[in-house]
Amino acid sequence: MINKIKELKITWGSAIRVIVGSVVAVYLIWRVVIITFGSGEFGPDTWVRFLITGLVIGGIYALIAIGYTLVYGILFMINFAHGEVMMLGTFAGYFVLEALSAMPAPGTDANINFLNAQPVLSILLTFLAGAGVSALAGYLLEKIAYRPLRKAPRLIPLISAIGASIFLQNAAQLLFGPQRRQYINPDLLWRGQGWMIPVSGKSVMLTYTGGFSFVLSILLMIGLFILVRKTKLGKSMRAVAENKQAAALMGIDVDSVISKTFIISGILAGSAGVMWGIHNGLFNHYVGFLPGIKAFTAAVMGGIGNIPGAMIGGMLLGLMESLGPALLGLDFQLKDVIAFAILIFVLIIRPSGILGEALTEEKV
Amino acid sequence: MLNINSLNVSYGAIHALKGISISLNEGEIVALIGANGAGKSTTLNAISGILHPDSGEINFDGRSIAQSKPGEIVKQGIIQVPEGRKIFSRMSVYENLEMGGYSLSNKNQLRENMAQVFEIFPRLKERQKQLGGTLSGGEQQMLSMGRGLMAEPRLLLLDEPSMGLAPMLVEQIFTTIAKINNEGVSILLVEQNAQMALALSNRAYVMETGKIVLSGPSETLMENQMVKEAYLGG
Ligand SMILES: Nc1ncnc2c1ncn2[C@@H]1O[C@H](COP(=O)(O)OP(=O)(O)OP(=O)(O)O)[C@@H](O)[C@H]1O
Ligand SMILES: [Mg+2]
Repeated sequence: MINKIKELKITWGSAIRVIVGSVVAVYLIWRVVIITFGSGEFGPDTWVRFLITGLVIGGIYALIAIGYTLVYGILFMINFAHGEVMMLGTFAGYFVLEALSAMPAPGTDANINFLNAQPVLSILLTFLAGAGVSALAGYLLEKIAYRPLRKAPRLIPLISAIGASIFLQNAAQLLFGPQRRQYINPDLLWRGQGWMIPVSGKSVMLTYTGGFSFVLSILLMIGLFILVRKTKLGKSMRAVAENKQAAALMGIDVDSVISKTFIISGILAGSAGVMWGIHNGLFNHYVGFLPGIKAFTAAVMGGIGNIPGAMIGGMLLGLMESLGPALLGLDFQLKDVIAFAILIFVLIIRPSGILGEALTEEKV
Repeated sequence: MLNINSLNVSYGAIHALKGISISLNEGEIVALIGANGAGKSTTLNAISGILHPDSGEINFDGRSIAQSKPGEIVKQGIIQVPEGRKIFSRMSVYENLEMGGYSLSNKNQLRENMAQVFEIFPRLKERQKQLGGTLSGGEQQMLSMGRGLMAEPRLLLLDEPSMGLAPMLVEQIFTTIAKINNEGVSILLVEQNAQMALALSNRAYVMETGKIVLSGPSETLMENQMVKEAYLGG
């Protein structure tokens, strides 16, 4: 009897997956055919523009998604306050740029501020501040909100994470006010300017900020990959993720590795936060909310716990978000809805994500 | 070398070790035998600093290690090869051994120790690049022991090294344990296979539900009526 019920469930589950999967696939193919051969609504230049937008935002999502995946890999919990960690980085970067733009450059006439006299140094300082503040935030978050709950049932740290998220958002609002602020970029990275790329007779702009963000996010991901694969810290992170007791028996300080994991996640999220500010300009204390949830979606899509999965998931989500509305014939305002629809689809069709292994008992 | 005195350890409300005392001299192989759930692994984890005792003493070379962290205990030369191997299955054999040598600060030392481990377990050398999880059960046990040897143990705690292995492999693992001991490493051996453990060890302790019920030279215990009935199959 029990066996029969189980079998029934399995067939139901797979039937739903097959049906949903084929309906979506057929619809998408139909849309692509109509758009490209039928209506001619969007020319190739528009598609390239969507592609660029998607890659830039995808890089930012990927950086944040890595943080979710690293923490999940090591503690099996979703750090729902991770978006707020990014938000703090955005603020830190903003204040540094603000200060530098108000500062006169040493040894030049008073018309040039430090920001434009030393743009490379200024950008570097901005990223250091953003990454540093977010790293500190991640470190303290783990120490205060998660570590005391290490032995509690799995739901408890999740609740603590949501609490921390609400706390940080409100703290930022109290400290910095609810108004929207705007990043002051150096002239070198002025928003809205960029390289012109000719595409079938028309030209598409790759903004300086977009190109810069994309390249930097790729570099950071390569750096992280090397760290995790090749360094002693990276290897001890993988060891702790697999088996904390065995890692401790090797003499690895498990608590310190967990702290460092939050610091690394914070560095990536803070960098993403500064990129967000430099590229998009406007932000307030809510800036971490949507990227946070979307990066979480990306991490689930790539297979939570899997680092390359988070990278691919972030890029894919960025692309889907920018290409999706056109493909599906929806209003562009609906791009956020697409992200959540994807999250639900992934959870229905392939809960373990693209690169994820099936969750084993041990992991859950 | 190792002195455990009236050690009490509990998991919440479960009182797992009820005042046990065990000693081990430099160079000895001491066996700890007992049924499932007797508290053998708990004893090793208390020595390794994974668990901290409610009361009682654990002294190594005359110094108390009862409240030390696992990392400090590893640095003093007490290395545990845990029950069920617990190798890092998503890391290569080479990386597993590197993790075994985590406490070493010197790269040359790491390389030398690895060469030694490869000498003892040539099989691991052939499979350096393979992921730990894809090794056979016997190879995983070799890797787990090799990983333990990487940190230059003075005292090796082995938790059921023969578990789940074919008789021929068990034979081989026990020969290796004797070899390691000959190199001057003291060994505390936890085993279900009482026959082989008693044959290999100098002294032994018999544990039942958190207490030491018998102890003495291994040859004497082998002749003991109670041990014969309970652990040697009559
Ligand atoms: N993490 C834990 N939480 C609660 N109780 C535990 C835990 N680990 C062990 N115990 C209990 O402590 C007692 C001793 O367990 P231990 O693992 O030390 O036994 P063992 O002698 O190693 O047995 P085996 O031969 O099966 O490995 C058992 O009753 C067990 O149920
Ligand atoms: Mg045991």
